[in-house]
Amino acid sequence: MAQLNASLRPAPAPPPEPIPVTLNVNGVERTLHLAPWTTLLDALRLHLDLTGTKKGCDHGQCGACTVLVDGRRINACLTLAAMQDGRKVTTIEGLTTGDSLHPLQEAFIEHDAFQCGYCTPGQICSAAGLIAEGKATTDDEIRELMSGNLCRCGAYPNIVAAIRQAMAIAGPKAEGAP
Amino acid sequence: MRSFTYARAGSAADAVGRAGATGMAFVAGGTNLLDLMKADVLRPEGLVDISRLPLDRIEETADGGLRLGALARNADTAYDDRVQTRYPMLSMAILAGASAQLRNMATNGGNLLQRTRCYYFYDTATPCNKREPGSGCGAIGGVNRIHAILGASDRCIAVHPSDLCVALAALDAVVQVTGPEGERSIPFAEFHRLPGDRPEIDTTLQPGDLVTSIDLPAKGFAEHSTYLKIRDRASYAFALVSVAAGLEMDGGTVREARLALGGVAHKPWRDPEAEAALVGKPATPDSFRAAARVLLRDAKGHEHNSFKIDLAERAIVRALTDAAERKGAPRP
Repeated sequence: MAQLNASLRPAPAPPPEPIPVTLNVNGVERTLHLAPWTTLLDALRLHLDLTGTKKGCDHGQCGACTVLVDGRRINACLTLAAMQDGRKVTTIEGLTTGDSLHPLQEAFIEHDAFQCGYCTPGQICSAAGLIAEGKATTDDEIRELMSGNLCRCGAYPNIVAAIRQAMAIAGPKAEGAP
Repeated sequence: MRSFTYARAGSAADAVGRAGATGMAFVAGGTNLLDLMKADVLRPEGLVDISRLPLDRIEETADGGLRLGALARNADTAYDDRVQTRYPMLSMAILAGASAQLRNMATNGGNLLQRTRCYYFYDTATPCNKREPGSGCGAIGGVNRIHAILGASDRCIAVHPSDLCVALAALDAVVQVTGPEGERSIPFAEFHRLPGDRPEIDTTLQPGDLVTSIDLPAKGFAEHSTYLKIRDRASYAFALVSVAAGLEMDGGTVREARLALGGVAHKPWRDPEAEAALVGKPATPDSFRAAARVLLRDAKGHEHNSFKIDLAERAIVRALTDAAERKGAPRP
């Protein structure tokens, strides 16, 4: 039935020309040629093989796709790669320095701040953004400003503890942070 | 998502020119538009990316107010020192909405133009007069817990989802627009419309119109104001009922009042009679309840949302009480 219906439809318009998009991803300049509808999330996962950034809901509700663009946390699923042309993207793969984990990664391990781990890259990138923003000082403020990252395993108490620890290491808000 | 073309606008005039072609849509933050395109609710043939136009500043105006660029991000607006100091209810309203990530992406202009979160609008398998004019309304007689109690029609009972817009309504903001016919100013009360028999039209913008800024008048009610949002969970949920309240006090007496409600209608709800009912009255729960009853005099519930009428009354009393008691300090 589906095939029959498909055969009755007019031929689809040819796809638009791919768009050249240059992203600085984790410090490396990458140029891709992408269909206009390629989200930043799909560009990272499908075209750059950076599968650390997760696709959860794909509708901006779960936060699993959180990455940093020019240092600010955003949902990679709700922006087109073409819209981010020329920008600096940091994913979970880019938070480490050589073999050293980021203080947030250390803290998440130390506090057992995950169970299945699917939300964790988004949680950690979001927390990195939160620390750079410098708006949260209490546990309640951490919870409120992390409310865009869901954890269906319910590791929230340990996530808050891990972020609090990393925040203490990062110290007060850095000069010029967004 | 369906296939579409993508182009970046070089200037506001270029954007308006490109938007003249059929099937084109502006994209700025993209947080609502791309979501609706993935859900197949919106099917633009092309996107005009306006996100890099120089409309992202927050600037003083000649009359002592503040001009919020249409492309200023919600987060940058909420955390702007001048907004926090002079218009705390606006900062509170923005921070009550969405998540930190979304506020970093979403623009002020886009917030004005976001679509309802009515389940039937999103579900293309159901009728919806807003999505597909003439197809019917799934919410009337359906599941309507989040729907309108004021200003609805027999075609549509959807509500406007914004928090920011509720504060802008209370503050008498003015929307600056440029379009094929030139520039014009739209008072906030006239920007969004009620559904009537054309629920597919949310605003009074014309095709090709581009919002360039939102201007706040000098008066920000900073001394006595608040934004109260009631929702099903503590964070990251749309309002069942929200209240932006601003008072000018003369001792214990109300000299001027502003009251706007979210989550109850197709647009942020202002009622001049309810505000007038507060003037000259003592700042007491009885005065506030009387004004709430004026505002809600024509409220009509559906099967699942009648609770909103009582909830709105109590939320108004609480918000006005907090505003009178200066509890509406901006959050850090």
